[in-house]
Amino acid sequence: MATAPDATPPSAPVRTEDLTKVFPGGVKAVDTLNLSLQDGEIFGLLGPNGAGKTTTVGMLTTMVVPTSGRAWVGGVDVLAHPALAKQNIGVVPQQNTLDRSLSVWENLYFHGRFFGMSARQARTEADRRLKQFRLADWGSAPVLSLSGGMAQRLMTARAILHEPRILFLDEPTAGLDPQSRLALWEILRELHAAGETILLTTHYMEEADTLCDRVAIMDHGQIRALDTPAELKRRVGADTVVTVTADGDLDQLERLLADEVPGVNEAHRRDGSVQLHVRGSDGLLPRVITAAERGGFNVSDLSVAEPTLETVFITLTGKDLRD
Amino acid sequence: MATATTTADAALTDREARNAVTASWTAFKALLLRDMTVLRKNLKEFIPRTVLQPFLLVFVFTYVFPKIGQGIGPTRGAGASNFATLLVAGVVGITILFQGIQSVALPMVQEFGYTKEIEDRVLAPLPVSMVAVAKVASGAIQGLIAALIVFPIAAVVPASPLHLNVSWPVLLTLTPLACISGAALGLTFGTRFEPRTVPIMFGVVVIPLTFLGCVYYSWVALTPIKTAGFSWLKTLVLINPLVYMSEGFRAALTNANHMSLLAVYGALLAFAAAFLYFGINGFKKRVLS
Repeated sequence: MATAPDATPPSAPVRTEDLTKVFPGGVKAVDTLNLSLQDGEIFGLLGPNGAGKTTTVGMLTTMVVPTSGRAWVGGVDVLAHPALAKQNIGVVPQQNTLDRSLSVWENLYFHGRFFGMSARQARTEADRRLKQFRLADWGSAPVLSLSGGMAQRLMTARAILHEPRILFLDEPTAGLDPQSRLALWEILRELHAAGETILLTTHYMEEADTLCDRVAIMDHGQIRALDTPAELKRRVGADTVVTVTADGDLDQLERLLADEVPGVNEAHRRDGSVQLHVRGSDGLLPRVITAAERGGFNVSDLSVAEPTLETVFITLTGKDLRD
Repeated sequence: MATATTTADAALTDREARNAVTASWTAFKALLLRDMTVLRKNLKEFIPRTVLQPFLLVFVFTYVFPKIGQGIGPTRGAGASNFATLLVAGVVGITILFQGIQSVALPMVQEFGYTKEIEDRVLAPLPVSMVAVAKVASGAIQGLIAALIVFPIAAVVPASPLHLNVSWPVLLTLTPLACISGAALGLTFGTRFEPRTVPIMFGVVVIPLTFLGCVYYSWVALTPIKTAGFSWLKTLVLINPLVYMSEGFRAALTNANHMSLLAVYGALLAFAAAFLYFGINGFKKRVLS
């Protein structure tokens, strides 16, 4: 390592080098990805469906074989030593993969046994994690009787039972009700506070924004930007996002506002409105209304917000994050 | 390159006492333990699904038929007794083959098809091929248990007495080999068929295997079925692994005529190796992308 002082230490929880996956049929799902995670961080891969997030997690967790490039998890080459790398990995996949032939408690117990725990150790850990994840009353229940949020908690408990070096969560809150989503966020924050390194993929910008220490914005298998959420938003160069709803030709309105309102560095159509990314908010709203009305538009709604990661995404890719 | 090797090796030595091999072996044993736990929890399903088919076979052919005077071969005396003796070996063979399908192939078709629940076991710290081998091992154990349950039934139900003559060396070596072949066949089927094509598996593959598996007749008895002097059926059934199981158990349990043991062991070893090879490859293809 001494020969490459700028290189990531070998013990980085996750590191990739030009990691690429081309699926049969020629779809390049992940394109020369270079990533390096730091110990104890929550790292978010944010992007729309099809951006390559799940494929990336698949390659890092040994389930998808890379076409080229390399990846290390906890310093172990996942291609050369997949069985060993799996010791460092905890995975919460997108789908419910709980073992339906086993009870809630047994799902944890056997997971512990798979990872080399003694019977006594696995029993203790299963009990402890059930309590920690507020599932203690459900120990003997069949997993099919769990609600979606409870199943997700159990999968998270299972994934960290063997204390992996890094926890992967693939779209952990997709399909969860808001309450379960908040409960899972709370759990992830607790794990984070306990020092766990977490990589999660999401297409919910609030999730990335509130949970992640660093976020990589992914599109078409490539990372378009990587930084803290605050820094990413600062880089957009706008401090205000204005959404204007009006009747009439919105393309024309978009052009008009982009030309006439000072400080606009991005304007686009969205859901029957025009959205402007603006730097400098002094006297902004009157200017927008004046410009719109002068152009013959009747403004029916106007809202102002701070930039979000979605703003960043749109600026980077010209696309909406939502499906 | 040097960097990568160093990092990987460093991690290998860092892992204190548990290196990759012991971790894999521990995980392998835990996978078996999981399957045995599921088996114990599901005994209420395992026993009827295991017992019923062989019981009905023996009951109808060797109890009902002789009693009502409708026969396959002689209906009373030495002939009937010989048929019951012939059938007992086939019944043990068919039980093991079915167990491979029921305990390995069908759950796997489901897990790959809908539930994906095998994924957690695939993420256990052992090579993916060993997860497949663990499936075969647990299927083989279930085949063995099934054979142990079914044999007494096949021995007690027939109306006329059986003429058993157990060759222990053959029985003790053939049984595990047959169980592994059956479970490996289950692995191959489980990775090749989808939920949609399971009826084809039964209708087009399993049924011919059982009817042409020398269960109800011995292999040598097929010699007279000839066209232009060629015993075509006797030759055709040689592609059927069940033939070697039935004939092997015939040699292990009875004095009845049977195929040469060399052919039985050779073919079962070859089938086991081939099914393991195709099964493990199929498993990897289904699990990894």
